[in-house]
Formats: sequence, structure tokens, C-alpha cells
Amino acid sequence: MTTLSGIVLQFFELLLAVLVAPLLTGWVNVCRAWMQNRSAPPVLTPYRVLLKLFTKEPVLAYNASSLFRITPYILFGCMCLAAAIVPTLNINLPINAAADAIALVGVFALARVFMALAAMDIGTAFGTLGARREMMIGFLAEPALLIVLFTSSLISNTTSLSSIVGQMARMDLVIYPSLAFAGVAYTMVSLAENARIPVDNPATHLELTMIHEAMLLEYSGRHLALMEWAASLKLFTYSCMGIALFVPFGISDGDSWAGVLVALTALAFKLALGGSLLALIETMSAKMRIFRAPEFLGTAFILAVLAMLIHLLLETP
Amino acid sequence: MSSTQALLAPSLPSQLINLLAAVMLLIAFAMLAQRRVLTLINLFAVQGLILTASTLLVAWTTSQPHLYWSALITLVLKVLVLPLILHRLIRKLNVKWDVETLIKIPTTMIVGIVLVILSFNLALPISALSGTVARGTLGIAIAIVLLAFLMMITRSKAVPQVIGFLAMENGLFFAATSATYGMPMVVELGIALDVLIGMVILGVFFFQIRERFDSLDIRHLEKLKED
Amino acid sequence: MEIFLVLGSPLLGGVLLALWGHRARAAELNVAMSCITFLAAALLTWRVIANGPMITADAQFAVDALNVFLVALTAFVAMTTAIFSRPYMRIEAAHGRLTDGRLRLYHAMYQLFTFTMLLVLLTNNLGILWVATEAATLTTVLLVSLYRTPASLEAAWKYFILCGVGIAQALFGTILLYFAAERVLGAGGDALLWTRLSAVSGSLEPTVISIAFVFLLVGYGTKVGLVPLHNWLPDAHAEGPTPVSAVLSGLLLNVALYALVRCKVLVDGSLQSPFAGNLLMGFGLLSVVVAAFFLSRQRDIKRLFAYSSIEHMGLITFAFGMGGPIASFAGLLHMTVHSLTKSAIFFAVGHATQKAGTQIIDEIQGLMKVNPTVGWGLLLGSLAILGMPPFGVFASEFLILTDAMRHQPWATPILLISLAVAFAAVISKVQPMVFGHPRTDTPLKRLPFTPAQIPLYVHLSIVLMLGLYIPPPLAEWYRQAARLIG
Repeated sequence: MTTLSGIVLQFFELLLAVLVAPLLTGWVNVCRAWMQNRSAPPVLTPYRVLLKLFTKEPVLAYNASSLFRITPYILFGCMCLAAAIVPTLNINLPINAAADAIALVGVFALARVFMALAAMDIGTAFGTLGARREMMIGFLAEPALLIVLFTSSLISNTTSLSSIVGQMARMDLVIYPSLAFAGVAYTMVSLAENARIPVDNPATHLELTMIHEAMLLEYSGRHLALMEWAASLKLFTYSCMGIALFVPFGISDGDSWAGVLVALTALAFKLALGGSLLALIETMSAKMRIFRAPEFLGTAFILAVLAMLIHLLLETP
Repeated sequence: MSSTQALLAPSLPSQLINLLAAVMLLIAFAMLAQRRVLTLINLFAVQGLILTASTLLVAWTTSQPHLYWSALITLVLKVLVLPLILHRLIRKLNVKWDVETLIKIPTTMIVGIVLVILSFNLALPISALSGTVARGTLGIAIAIVLLAFLMMITRSKAVPQVIGFLAMENGLFFAATSATYGMPMVVELGIALDVLIGMVILGVFFFQIRERFDSLDIRHLEKLKED
Repeated sequence: MEIFLVLGSPLLGGVLLALWGHRARAAELNVAMSCITFLAAALLTWRVIANGPMITADAQFAVDALNVFLVALTAFVAMTTAIFSRPYMRIEAAHGRLTDGRLRLYHAMYQLFTFTMLLVLLTNNLGILWVATEAATLTTVLLVSLYRTPASLEAAWKYFILCGVGIAQALFGTILLYFAAERVLGAGGDALLWTRLSAVSGSLEPTVISIAFVFLLVGYGTKVGLVPLHNWLPDAHAEGPTPVSAVLSGLLLNVALYALVRCKVLVDGSLQSPFAGNLLMGFGLLSVVVAAFFLSRQRDIKRLFAYSSIEHMGLITFAFGMGGPIASFAGLLHMTVHSLTKSAIFFAVGHATQKAGTQIIDEIQGLMKVNPTVGWGLLLGSLAILGMPPFGVFASEFLILTDAMRHQPWATPILLISLAVAFAAVISKVQPMVFGHPRTDTPLKRLPFTPAQIPLYVHLSIVLMLGLYIPPPLAEWYRQAARLIG
């Protein structure tokens, strides 16, 4: 893809991610409501919430430092960067090539650190509690995520996400047991990272169980809006990464805009399917006790390691 | 790159066998992590079923008639008879909800991973010599044997120990299939007979233990120590 | 033909006794079937001496110098033990430790156990060898837990699980062996026939064979009772009925070692290096040392002699590991005399414990006064097993030690020290048992049946004879078998 159209497409991709991310969150909520036999909220609800929050005035605690104030922007920025790194529509985009899978994990870690710091900044008990739990989850989830990415890297001999995706998309249909394992591990990690149900409940404010929400308690107004938006964006990015790694078919690698259009359609379809799957998982499972989370993530880690080992044994001729 | 990949891509049955092998390994880990006796038995039955499927697949790909028999033995013995006996046993002994609290699952898992690496290394020189469709899976077979062994060591209840023992037998059958297309028929029949008799004896034995100790906790059986 | 008689009579006996094992004359039937088995074995032995090695039934069975003498020994000890167990089990039943059902179980399993051991010895198929070894474990599990006491249940459970796990390793070793054989001999049942394998052992893949041998060693070594895989052995010996201890120690360990030696011959042929021998020597030496030092800590008389069995099995394993005509000869001789002596000791111990009603050494004192025949039997047996000169054990141990001095001088002091420690430990335990003062002044009550003393003294006199004079045909046999082992 030429430089100019590359930049244009990159910009388009990023804009798409930022704009569509709340829609994905809304879609998951709708699906969940359907599966639980509730009447669903409109799919555009997250946008309305964001709009409402942006119009409100943020209220800050007396002892809030500047860290607390800049964190929402850093967080949103990190997520935008992450969304740009993950190839969604085309694999030859400028930022795609600039950062590899490990850098991506680093970007997520950066966002997590700032979020935890900001949560502790005010000094309330809940913020600290949430931050501590979030760091525990992250500490357990990151190795598993990295090993999943390593497995994919081993298969395609590169750590660059776009090259991995490009190779996977071009490959003949071969059964990779390792990828199946890695896929399951990745799903588990994503559930934990995005504060979804077996680990955390995005819809709860019960002090004993919440993790992610506990960190947002002190935010309001546009800060809260950015935080929520960043969370949506994170979910979107993780979904796109999962799609790119495990079902990349349809992604475009040429110059033509027609290919991009095909990729866009495919992505929309896969995201819709993925969102309903997420809702299904959340409906089927119960929130586990926080002390069981290490076990859950440990299983994900084991699966990821197994995936790598199986790849080394069975798939290296 | 894609052309070399296409060249190296193994045949479809071989891929399927690899997949089944991977799933068997996954089940071995699931058994290691499982706390409930009832689920353990079901997992064992599923493992037997997958073993049957992979044996059938190997039999079909390589047209080895005796492997069909081997698959049949596995199906009857490991999927139907043994789980049935175990189900009856735990119903009669009323240990259905026995939950293990003793073991630290994450530690066991890490040890399990180490065992898997070990067995993969052990299998490499052997499978390099083998010419079978499923040669790659020998490492997984050894891993299943060792994981079952680990399960036997870490469990304190009698029934899980026995399931570990049977899972080990599964791994060995799998090893035989993947490395050499199965053992000679007469040997396989003998092994099956041994396993069956062993189960019957164990059934009798469980009742003896139960009658004597009112529980199937092996920790009762640690009195005989060197003094 | 004789082979089928040898195998058929215990099998038939097992079936018959499963039906009538609780009747009044069951013990006599047991003895009768064991006698028939022994006669058949003697016939087979005679035939092999006359005509040389034989291979029958589509090469599924093979008899050569190595196994024929073990077949004779096994059938003989099984017969004498059956004679010993006739009054012994009756007394146990009279003491209320056994019910009719368990007596039936005992008799049926005894015969089936003999059958499986003979099958291990006679089969030419390494797969069947495995199957029969596993079956031998299975038949004895319920014998060990015959009394249903907590301790016996524990011992049986340990026995089952440990030997089951061990034997599973042996199965894996067998699979690997088959894997290596298949590449030379082609697929099918023939590829596991020992005679075929030993003919082509030079072309078996060495890497696979060496891995296979490690697994086989762990597997069959568990049954031999090699340290550190020996944990089941003292418990099973101490908690089972004494006739079972006698056959476990005297026969099963031998049979398992036989399986190991058969495998070692193949491995040596393939590797052309002392790999297998070194492993056997290492495990053997470790067993001797550990068992010798554990002996002094035993308080239960049957456990004491169980550890002594571990020690002697270690010594035999060491001898086979060292290899060469003299060491193998000595190993075979030691197998014979150990088996005879140890079962004789267990006969004596059985009577003594039955009389005293306990197995604790401190509570069985002054046998000379209470029961001189048993006292003399225990004393002579212990002296024999410790390697005192006129007995056969001395001859074999002497041979092993002198050969070790020549070929493995580093091991000799270790062996000598261990044997000395074992000597001191056993003598210090047995001496008060034989010559001490009886614990109670009141005479012990008479046993309801007269114990059988003859097997004890028959065994001891054979051991004595082997110490003074080995009949030329027997020596020739040993030499042939030793050549086979290499």
C-alpha cells in the first residue's frame, strides 16, 4: 500500500475503532439481555452515556494530584495506540509495522500502571483495593497473554503482529491444535483483562467483588467518559486481536479499497459473532470468588504453555 | 513461505490424530486439576473415547485390521465397562461428592508442565526413528503416562488414585498405537484382561477398606512406616 | 507336552479350588495339585536335560537352561509351601482369623499365583511375560489382605499401587522393545518372541533399547524389590499370611528378576556396552547397603526377613550386573539357595509366630525351650541365610565376592561391610529368639494341628548339600544358563 493511502487507511482504521468500540459494548449488553430473557437496552446506550458524561462537569477530590487528572487522557491514548497497532482491516499499515506483539502488551501494561496509580491517588479504600486486585490480575494474565502471542510467533517465525496475521491469513487450512489451545487461553485472558464475568462483573458495584469499577469510583464527568470509552476501546482491541490471531480470514493485504471493504464486512460480522459469544460466556458462567481468579488465570497460563509445547512437538516437522 | 508450508503440511488424518492427541493431553491436565470424583470418572471416559477415535483413525489410515479390534477393546473397556463399574462403586460406597482439599493445584500444574517438557525430550529420539502416521504423538503419550503418575502421587483418596492408574494405562495404549501401530493382538488382549481383573479386585478391595476404615481416604493407610 | 502339564495343573487347581476351596479336604487338594505340578516340572526338566532346549506351540513357549531350573525350583517351593500351609492355614482358621470364604480365596489364588509365575518363566513372548507378571501381582494382592486387618489392607494397597505403577513402566519398556524389534523383525506377534529377538539383538536400535531398558528396570525392579522401589515389600511380607510371605520372597522376587535378566540379555546384545550391567550393579549395590542398614531397626520378625530378601535380591542383581561366567553362575546359585533358605526361614517363623501369637521379636523369646524343632530350624536357617560356611549361601556369596574383587574391586569393601552389618543385625535379633528366656512362665497352649516340619528341614538339607557338593548335572545347568546370561 502506498504511503499516502496507507496513512489514510490507518487513520480510518483508528477512527473506526474509536467510534465503533462503544457500539460493541452496547451489542454485548443487548445480547446478554436477550440471553437472560430481559428486555434489551437500545444498542446505542453507551454513546448516550458518553454524551451525557461529557456534558457534565467533572468533580475532583481536594487531594487529587495532576496524575489523577491526566490519567484518563493517558489511558485513552494508550488504548488508541493499541487499537492502531492491532491490524484489523489491512496488514500493511504504518503503525502496524512500528510495534510488535510485545510492545502491544507493554502499551496495555502502561495503561494499567497509570490506572492503578490514579486509583490510589485519592487515598480511598476502594480505589486502593481495586488497584491491588487489578495488579494481581494483570500480573497473572500478562504471562499467559505473552505466551499465547509467542505461540503465534513460533508458528509464523515473527513477533510482528501484522506479519503473523498476514501469514495466518495466507496459510492453507491446516489444523493447528496449538492454536486451538492458545485460542482458549486467549479467551480466558481477555475475560480477565476486560473485567468480564467469571473474574469481574462490569455491571456491579458490590464492594467485595468489584475490581475495575472500584478504580473508577472517584471519576466523574468527562474523565469518567474517557475512562469508560477507553474500557470499550480495550474490549474492542482485544476482540480484534483475537480475530486477527485466530480467524484472520478476509483481512486485506493488497492496495485495493475493495479488499478493505471486504475486510470491513468480515470484521463487522466476526465482531458481532464474537460479541454474542462473549455474552453467552457471561450468561453461562457465574462470577467466581476473587481468590479463585489466580486459578482461572493459572489454567489460562497452563493452556498457553501447552499450546507452545504442542506446537514444538507436533507442528515442527 | 506459503509454498514451503504447504509442502510441509502433514496429511489430514495425521493432523486429526495430532489434534486428538492434544485434546488427550488437555484432558490429562484437566484430570490433574479436577477435585470431584464424579467429574474425574467422566473425564476418564472421555479420554477413553478420544483414544478410541484416534486408534480408529490410525487403523483406517494405515489399514491395520488388528487396530480395529484394539479400538473396540478400548471402547468397551475404557469407555463403557470401567466407568460403569466406577460409577456403581462410588454410588455404593457413597463417595460421590468426595472433594479433595489437600493438593495445591497450581503447584501440581507447574510440575505437570515440567513433566510434559521432559517427556517431549524423551520422545524425540524415538519418534525420529518411527515411521508411523502418529509418531509425533509419542511425546504426548509419555506425557499422559507421567501426568497420570503425578495424579496418583498427589491424590489422597483411593478412587482418584485408581483413575490415575487407569489413565496411565490409556497413555500406554496410546503410546503403543502411536509408536508401533499397537502391540500384537494376544498381548493387547492380555493387557485388557489384566486391567479388567485389576478393576474387579480393586472393587472388592474398596469395600474391604471401607468396611475397615469407614472412608476411602488413603491417609488412613499410612500407619506402616519405618520406625 | 510337559509344558502344558506344568501350566495346566495349577490352572486346573485354581479352578477346582475356586469351587471347593472351602471344603474340608481343600488343603489336601491344594497339596495334590502342587505335587502334580512339581512332577510335571520334574518331567519337563528331565526332558530338557535329555534333549536340550525346546521351543513349542508356535514358538510361544521356550525352555532353555536358564528357565528350566527356575521352573523346577518354583514348582518345588510351591509344593513344599503348600504342604507347610496345610496345617498352618487350618490353625489360622481355628484361631478365627479366617472364614471359609477367605480360605477358598486363599487356595484358589495360591494355585493361580503358581500358574502365573510358571507362565512368566515358560513364555517366550515378552508381552505375555508382562501380562503374567501383572497377573502375579493381581493374584497376590488379595492374599496379602487376607486377614482384613487395617495393616494388611494398607500393605495390600501399597503393594497394588506401587507394583501396578511399576509394572506400567515395564509395559512402556516392552512397547519400546517391540518398537525396536518391529523395525528388524516386522510387525506381528513374532517380534516379541525372545528367541527371535536374541537372534537379532545385535541389530536392534541402541538408543531405543537403552531407554526401554531403563523403563523395564524400573518396572520389573519394583517387583524385585530393588531400593528405592522396595517400599511395598516389607509391608506385604509382614502383613500377609506366612505361606504367602514364603512364596513372595522365595519365588516371586526370583521370577521378576528372571524377567529383568531376560531383558538384559537383549540389551547387552544390542548395545555391546556395559550400560545395563552398570545399572543393575548400581541398583543391586544400593539395595544391599540400604537393606543391610535397615535390618537392625526391625522389630517385626517377618519384616526383618523381608529386608533380608531385599538385601539378597540386591546381591543377586549385582552379580548379574557384573556378568561373566563366574558371577552369573554365582547369581543363579544364590537365587536357588536364597529361595530355599528364605522359604524355610518363613516356615520356621510361621510356626513360631503362630505359637506365640505375635510377630514382634521381643515377645517371641526362648524358642529352644518352647519348641526346639522350630528353634533349631530358625537358627540354622538364619545362619544359612547369613552365609555361614557349610551352607550353600556361603558358596554363592563367596563366589560373588571373589569375582567382585577381581572385576569390580571398588565394590568389594561396600559389599563386605554391608554383609557384616546384616550379619550382626540378624544374629542380634535371632539369638535371643532362639536361646532367650520365654516371656511367660505359663506354657503356651498347644496348637490345634501339628505343624508341618518336614518342608523346613528338607529345604535346609538341600541348601546344606549345595554348600558341600553341587551335583554335576546341576552345575552343568548353571554353567549353561550363565553362558546364556553372559
